[in-house]
Amino acid sequence: MSQQRSPLGYWLAIGWAGFLLLPWYVQSGGFFDFAWLLAWADADAAPALAQAVLHGRWWLLPLALPLALPILLLGRRQDTPAAARLLILAGGIGLAWLALQGFAVIHSGWGFDILARTFGPLELSQSGMGAGAALTALALLMFTGLGIAARGAVGGDRFVVGAITLIVALVAVFIFFPVLRILAGALQDSDGSFAPGLFAARFIDPRIWGLGCVLEGSRCGVAWNTLALALFTGLTTTLLGLAFALVATRTAFPAKRALRALTILPIITPPFVISLAIILLFGRSGTVTQFVADLFGVSGGRWIYGFWGVWLAQILSFTPIAFLVLIGVVEGISPSLEEAAQTLRASRWQTFTTVSLPLMRPGLANAFLLGFIESMADFGNPLVLGGNFQVLSTEIFFAIVGAQFDPGRAAMLAMVLLSFTLLAFWAQQRWLGRKLYTTVGGKGDSGLAASLPTGLKWLVLGVTVPWAIFTAIMYAMILFGGFVELWGRNHSFTLRHYEATFGITQGQFGLVWSGTAWNSFWTTLQIAVIAAIPTALIGLITAWLLSRQTFRGKGAFEFGTMLSFAIPGTVIGVAYIMAFNVPPIELTGTGMILIIAFVFRNMPVGVRAGVATLAQLDKSLDEASLTHRASTLQTVRRILLPLMKPALLAALVYSFVSAMTAISAVVFLVSARYELATTYILNRVENGDYGIAIAYSSVLIVVMLIVIGLFQLAIGERRLGRRSAAPAGFTGGVR
Amino acid sequence: MSSAATVGFENVTKAFGAVVAVRDVSFEVAPGHLVTLLGPSGCGKTTTLRMIAGLELPTAGRIRIGERDVTNLPATDRDVAMVFQSYALFPHMTVLENVGYGLSVSGRPKAEVKERAETTLELVGLEGFGARLPSELSGGQQQRVAVARAVVLEPEVLLFDEPLSNLDAKLRRRVREEIRELQQRLGLTAVYVTHDQEEALAISDRIIVMNNAVIAQEGVPRDLYEAPADRFVADFIGDANVLAVTIGAIDGEHAEVRIGEARRRLLHRGLAPGPAHLAIRPEGIVLTADPEASIMAGRVRRASYLGSHVEYDIETALGELFVTDSDVDRIHPVGSEVGLGFGTHGVTLVRD
Repeated sequence: MSQQRSPLGYWLAIGWAGFLLLPWYVQSGGFFDFAWLLAWADADAAPALAQAVLHGRWWLLPLALPLALPILLLGRRQDTPAAARLLILAGGIGLAWLALQGFAVIHSGWGFDILARTFGPLELSQSGMGAGAALTALALLMFTGLGIAARGAVGGDRFVVGAITLIVALVAVFIFFPVLRILAGALQDSDGSFAPGLFAARFIDPRIWGLGCVLEGSRCGVAWNTLALALFTGLTTTLLGLAFALVATRTAFPAKRALRALTILPIITPPFVISLAIILLFGRSGTVTQFVADLFGVSGGRWIYGFWGVWLAQILSFTPIAFLVLIGVVEGISPSLEEAAQTLRASRWQTFTTVSLPLMRPGLANAFLLGFIESMADFGNPLVLGGNFQVLSTEIFFAIVGAQFDPGRAAMLAMVLLSFTLLAFWAQQRWLGRKLYTTVGGKGDSGLAASLPTGLKWLVLGVTVPWAIFTAIMYAMILFGGFVELWGRNHSFTLRHYEATFGITQGQFGLVWSGTAWNSFWTTLQIAVIAAIPTALIGLITAWLLSRQTFRGKGAFEFGTMLSFAIPGTVIGVAYIMAFNVPPIELTGTGMILIIAFVFRNMPVGVRAGVATLAQLDKSLDEASLTHRASTLQTVRRILLPLMKPALLAALVYSFVSAMTAISAVVFLVSARYELATTYILNRVENGDYGIAIAYSSVLIVVMLIVIGLFQLAIGERRLGRRSAAPAGFTGGVR
Repeated sequence: MSSAATVGFENVTKAFGAVVAVRDVSFEVAPGHLVTLLGPSGCGKTTTLRMIAGLELPTAGRIRIGERDVTNLPATDRDVAMVFQSYALFPHMTVLENVGYGLSVSGRPKAEVKERAETTLELVGLEGFGARLPSELSGGQQQRVAVARAVVLEPEVLLFDEPLSNLDAKLRRRVREEIRELQQRLGLTAVYVTHDQEEALAISDRIIVMNNAVIAQEGVPRDLYEAPADRFVADFIGDANVLAVTIGAIDGEHAEVRIGEARRRLLHRGLAPGPAHLAIRPEGIVLTADPEASIMAGRVRRASYLGSHVEYDIETALGELFVTDSDVDRIHPVGSEVGLGFGTHGVTLVRD
């Protein structure tokens, strides 16, 4: 590989451009209004060198040294040990200093008390890092990568090492740093100073761990509430999902295709929709409630607001996910195993209980843990239906946005929630890693899967058919509910809600987008589209690194990139506002923070889609390209990317759609300027303005159906039908 | 352990929708015999086997096992056992549990299940492996577990679905001998599916060759090789050069056959005078250095030395012929003129 041209020159140019030309700090008008071009000597808009020389920000000057050192290597061999040491040293020192000065000098002068005590107050300040700092950091990072490659890591492949370095850095800054910031937050008092004593007090809070509901008939702590709910939801969704999977694969049920369509529901359903439908049915003026009241003369209570309501909503929301997981598991059981049992004189019932069911066990565990994690991370349903029944995700929200405003408590709750989900995630990974049964032996027989025992068949049909009808009614209510005046009171037809949200009127100067929802709708579309591109790219590159390259620390790398899958959205939301509200990285209130949140929350899905696709592409394709003198970068671009188009598209669409329906993380991150569809709906729901919320949700569902429909057309039914390829991307993340 | 039974197929047809996998097939397997169903993929041999097992039920016709009509009996209720191509060992059970599975679902007492499973494991040479998981065994050992799991039930019929196809070539030869030996020792009726003609010749009492959903020929291995009924069988079992010939005057069992310019007296095997085909085994041709004193002349296009014999491609007026010669001391060089004569074996008239 040493005959490849070294990219060192380019990275040097980029680094120096960041240092000398671009504004070092974040621009209040945004980078792309280019106001900084005219004001490059100002204290706000100047590049680093000008900041140091003209504005007294001397601490930026030392960065010139690590940027200059690699110049020595231009035109020389860079794969010698000495060159490697120089590059790693330059990159490492540069990045360390960059981070240190960023944390040390903030808005209010010194960022650390000890500096203020030692050197006295600092007159100067600095705001968050901007474009110049970003490019400088990128160049320093790549110096390190080139140095590591020069030492011979991954066969000295600069592209691979560069990609790994970049992804590790991104994950460190946008996942690990915010999460660690929570930990720090739980250790700080309200002034931000270190207070380890408070940690214990916050942790042993009866509001978290209290056992009142068991001991004295009062309320239990939120941690127990959350666990109990997650346990129930996990169990129910797994059983229901199994029933659906059995119906879809092992019976002659006529509407199997329709059943499979169920699996896309959780992807396209905006939050709150299920809860809203439940309120329309079982709420105090709900259809069922009124029907029962008329029939028996008992007035409906508020039973739906609490544990049972949230549970019902979560089953409706997450059963399709369990179904999706289990359908693959049930189909994955080799038919010849069941046939072998039959030739060995096992009855259908014995075959099911001694062979089929034990083989599904790992899949069942997986489905349960997914349901468990989803339930704990769920924010929308408990928020709308919880009533006095509080769970961790909603408590975190109220600790930040409510009257109590207690970031320390929010951090503590977030840590508890994060520990729960990480434990479940860890258990899932371990369980699956050890116990994944594959058919022993090479070539498989093409046999017939055993049909279900008669009793079981009627049981699963008896459960799934009513439940499917119930689900269908729910969605019908939503589409219908947007067209009535006031649900439960006045059922006359109206377009009022649609006019209010998406009205277009003929104004004096042409068409006016007069609906109140247009603003948030366009913002959501825009941000979802922008976020989809880096999500897919980073996801697929990570997938390629994971499935095609071997390098030290690959296990840790995989864990790190998949970690955000297990971090509940509310935790990410709290983490981001705590971490990115102050320099060195100051992003709150911008559209950028929303995009970044989406990218790093949805990235694992891109990774999964990519890994699934790459598993189908023989490695000899890459090797053929490499032996024909193509570089690694050329191989990726010319061979793998074209072949991975379906995965790329799947990742793009998934990322787009889940950005459209996300609520839990962004509810903390939206601002007046960047309001999203889901937060708009949340506000309407909180005001009891159900008509508008339902109308808006219906529009979102239709938009996403169209997007997914177009996607199916583009990729082709056949490709998508391959089980391991695209739908793997649709397993869904934690909301 | 002499529960061996006959297996009888009477005009059995199996159709999957519009596709007929097995068409009007009849045969009989004698008790204690090993009969092989041989044929290319898609010929219907596996479907036939699965119908004996009860994993597929026939569309028409009757199936008997022993005296019993089992035509519509599902697998669970038939007294058969099967060794699958993938072995189909239950990955979540130990070797002992796998072998004892059939007995334990039949409700036998635990002690008996354990004892008989252990005895059978010993029989296949796997004593001491009972506590392992199938994934901890080699391919050959897994195969033996699959055999043990089937024979422990002392079935009336033992079925094998390409049991050696997941083993490497060397092992294949040894395991097939073991299977044959075990089958003879236990006196079991066995039906064996394979597409490997050498395997079939080596272990079978009788072979049923199938092609396009029907039986092409049935007989003992020697008959099939030396007296193939038609071109397909001649070509499928062993190699054969098939030449277009003309049958002339018939005289008792023999007929005068015109092969290009030459004439020979051969068994007519019931074929009428007129155009016919002659199947010639590669070892049925004798090469001489003198083209004049033979049936036809040819020129050596390729000669490959393979240790035990030499392979030749020889160009003749009737087309290119594939010839093997065990005389490795005198190799005819490429380009040399040779004469071709017939040996005593391996030259037969065949139906089209």
